[in-house]
Amino acid sequence: MLHYFEKQSGPAGNPPVRAILENVSRRSFIGGVLKTSGVALALQIVPGAANAYEAYPTGAAGMPHGVVSDPHVFVAIDKDGQVTIVAHRSEMGTGARTSLPMVVADEMEADWQRVRVIQAPGDEPRYGNQDTDGSRSVRHFIQPMRECGAAMRFMLEAAAAVHWGVDRSLCKASNHEVIQLSKGPDGKLIETDKKIGYGALATIAMAMAVPRPDQITFKDPSQFRYMGKGKTQIVDLHDITVGKAIYGADVHLPGMKYAVIARPPVVGGKVKKFDATETKKVPGVEAVHEMAGWAAPAKFAPLGGVAVIANSTYAALQGREKLAIEWEDGPNAVYNSPAYRDAMIAAAAKPGKVIRSQGDADAAFANAAEVFAADYTQQHVAQASMEPPVALARIVDGKIEVWAPVQSPYGTREDIAKTMGVPIENVTVHVTLLGGGFGRKSKCDFAIEAVQLSKTLGGKPVRVQWTREDDLQHAFYHTTSAERIEVALDKAGKVTGWRHRTVAPSILSTFAEDSGYQFKIEYGMGFVDMPFDIPNIRCENGQAFAHTRIGWFRSVSNIPRAFAVQSFVAELAHKLGRDPKDMLLEMIGPDRVIDIKTAGMPEDFWNYGEPYPEFPIDTARLKNVVNVAADKAGWGKKLPDRQGLGIAVHRSFVTYVASVVHVAIDDDGTIRVPEVTTAIDCGFYINPERIRSQVEGAAVMGMSTAMYSGITFKDGRAEQSNFGDFSVARMGNFPQKVNVHIIEPTSPTHHATGVGEPGVPPFAPALCNAIFAATGKRLRSLPTGEKLEA
Amino acid sequence: MLTISVNGKEIKFDGDPNTPLLWFVRDELGLTGTKYGCGVGLCGACTVHLDGTAVRGCQTAVSEAAGKKVTTIEGLSADGNHPVQQAWRDLNVPQCGFCQAGQMMQAASLLAKNRAPTDAEIVDEMTGNICRCGCYERIHAAVRAAAGGV
Repeated sequence: MLHYFEKQSGPAGNPPVRAILENVSRRSFIGGVLKTSGVALALQIVPGAANAYEAYPTGAAGMPHGVVSDPHVFVAIDKDGQVTIVAHRSEMGTGARTSLPMVVADEMEADWQRVRVIQAPGDEPRYGNQDTDGSRSVRHFIQPMRECGAAMRFMLEAAAAVHWGVDRSLCKASNHEVIQLSKGPDGKLIETDKKIGYGALATIAMAMAVPRPDQITFKDPSQFRYMGKGKTQIVDLHDITVGKAIYGADVHLPGMKYAVIARPPVVGGKVKKFDATETKKVPGVEAVHEMAGWAAPAKFAPLGGVAVIANSTYAALQGREKLAIEWEDGPNAVYNSPAYRDAMIAAAAKPGKVIRSQGDADAAFANAAEVFAADYTQQHVAQASMEPPVALARIVDGKIEVWAPVQSPYGTREDIAKTMGVPIENVTVHVTLLGGGFGRKSKCDFAIEAVQLSKTLGGKPVRVQWTREDDLQHAFYHTTSAERIEVALDKAGKVTGWRHRTVAPSILSTFAEDSGYQFKIEYGMGFVDMPFDIPNIRCENGQAFAHTRIGWFRSVSNIPRAFAVQSFVAELAHKLGRDPKDMLLEMIGPDRVIDIKTAGMPEDFWNYGEPYPEFPIDTARLKNVVNVAADKAGWGKKLPDRQGLGIAVHRSFVTYVASVVHVAIDDDGTIRVPEVTTAIDCGFYINPERIRSQVEGAAVMGMSTAMYSGITFKDGRAEQSNFGDFSVARMGNFPQKVNVHIIEPTSPTHHATGVGEPGVPPFAPALCNAIFAATGKRLRSLPTGEKLEA
Repeated sequence: MLTISVNGKEIKFDGDPNTPLLWFVRDELGLTGTKYGCGVGLCGACTVHLDGTAVRGCQTAVSEAAGKKVTTIEGLSADGNHPVQQAWRDLNVPQCGFCQAGQMMQAASLLAKNRAPTDAEIVDEMTGNICRCGCYERIHAAVRAAAGGV
């Protein structure tokens, strides 16, 4: 973009507005953006310097299609002043569809009441990266969206300058209009009565070329109308409350067919033979089709099976029940969870592949006065968003059109194009609201199924509906894991060595031939980035081969790692007779930015994709959230019998979160959580109300994952099928009060970081530490169950 | 041929009388505010009113609704301002929003019968409705807030 502007506009200073209007077509500008969209053009306000900004690099530059900040792409203004802003990230409950357009509106001085938000289809070359996962929406797009809004404000002011024939410096955008300024006797600019609304300026403004980055200024935070206020309600709030919000299954096309699919119960299995005689007798059933099977590694390819197509969902469901299918299970039928768990624990007891090595851990353990160790395990978890996967597809004149609740609409488009063997230009993916995602809807197998069935029906529109049973039995599961931690202690009880072994089937197995080892992204999630100040550290990975599809689940490998590391610290504190919070702070050690090299961390250390110098592991910030959460929770206070506090801290998605969980055990052993106190340091923040809601929700999902939710396999089949045997937290038992403390950024280097996921990891260890404090009972396997055994 | 009143409109239906209300209102009537979440009455996403009382749309056959009044979220109030809907907005309850129609229908049913529910009564009534985003604290508070306005 810089290159483009240098060519078009010459040296710095006000651009020759008329010349730009005459010479620069919108098309060529967009072309310029496309060419360099991989470059993160990043801007940051420096407090107190309203006229300056400083770009900081983010991981957005390394994401497919990077970022785009062109107002011509994201903003439209009608003649009546209606402003339309494009949301290009998927909305699954985090508030991204509101927060990012709100940033644009604030910077362009638009009145939020006159802003309409529309959802972009999957088109990354136009909008920049749209893969809505990894807690990246605000982290990667706060700068481009501010730049977009600031540029639009500039263009509106420049349009008013053209309209009035005055210099742009005498035009000031303010709340949906531009005010003309005049120089007072003392040289100061004062507002005149002359005003012109954004609607009247729309045509000229939208025809403007976009200013150079050095021409635009960000608003000083004191001038923010919406950012940081937490007063802006989500754009879909009203529609949600009246039942008009459109999710994946709510799009209807004339002549649409309804399909459900019987999929192989074992991943990689195939249909041996099937009989649809009874199915075809069901009124409303119109067709039955066998779908191609699956071979690893299949990325997001559908599992295959037998599809029933009908004139209603109910008919399709009834028809599926009447299918008689004989399956060929294939090699994954050997998958049995109890045996697999034993094997993982055994693997964690043996040396594995060394991933991080600092100092000499072998010597530390050889010379230890005592070795203290513990094993922690977790079952698989299904994401179980309330809206199960669903997609609608049609094919008209070779053009594929899909409506689906997908986290990655462009990735979906790419996968459909590849699977169907058509150019990507022939595929359109519309994004509906997502009824929850949690990582499951990053995988587009369900959308591909809809396209395949539409093709089978000559292009007719088909909706593929997954049932809850389908969702739980054919998920891309959160991995199951064993984490073993050992420390070497000297005679004084000082920790001289740390050894952590992780064993878990890897997400990588869906993308490439399974080596049994995890990869850098999983290693980066609370394993090699362990921040303790211990001289000798060894992190090892033992093999575990996948027998089902492993995927992302809100905060991913951070869940088992935080569970293990943060439980272990409390166990060690107990052994040494220390307060768990003091022990935790002592283990984190002095304030410092951890140096990857001296810490012996891998050269390819994955820092959530962010450049390490901009987003380093800062132990001062880690300790600060511990102290804030502990103080606000009244750490150390006297509690009744069978009640206790537990604490845990974890950095994930480059955000620092500490939680104190207050546990009260009922007479019947039921574990209850009257209160959770969480401190979150996510740097520069824009929507504190949605940050609170995300942290509240993370506590509930944390409790589900810690106590209730587990998927186990028998002969390769998931044993759970619905919310009866796959439990989640309900109103009958959930964290009653979640206190959220958002840390104010104290430095311009505290950039905006992730929010959607990082609230989850500290919950399980804080809960189990609290249970220990309340009862002396230590739980090391998730889920724990709702009740303590007597 | 069955006759059912849905949101005040008389509807004639000559399809399979065993069709669950959930699929009837969604696929036949296009009232998509009522959601499918589990199909077995364990999540509450499909909650509608039958003569003013919350029922699970996935567990109630159209035949059971014959001659009765069915209300879906679209018909909860003429202007979308039922006290429950207002409270849901005032407290910014929804995250993804998918389960909220069922939550609100459940809450409205409770408040129609009990204008001043205790905390425990709210929990008893609402515990059948799952919210995977975890909005329970706000749902509970919104039911309490709406109680004043019913």
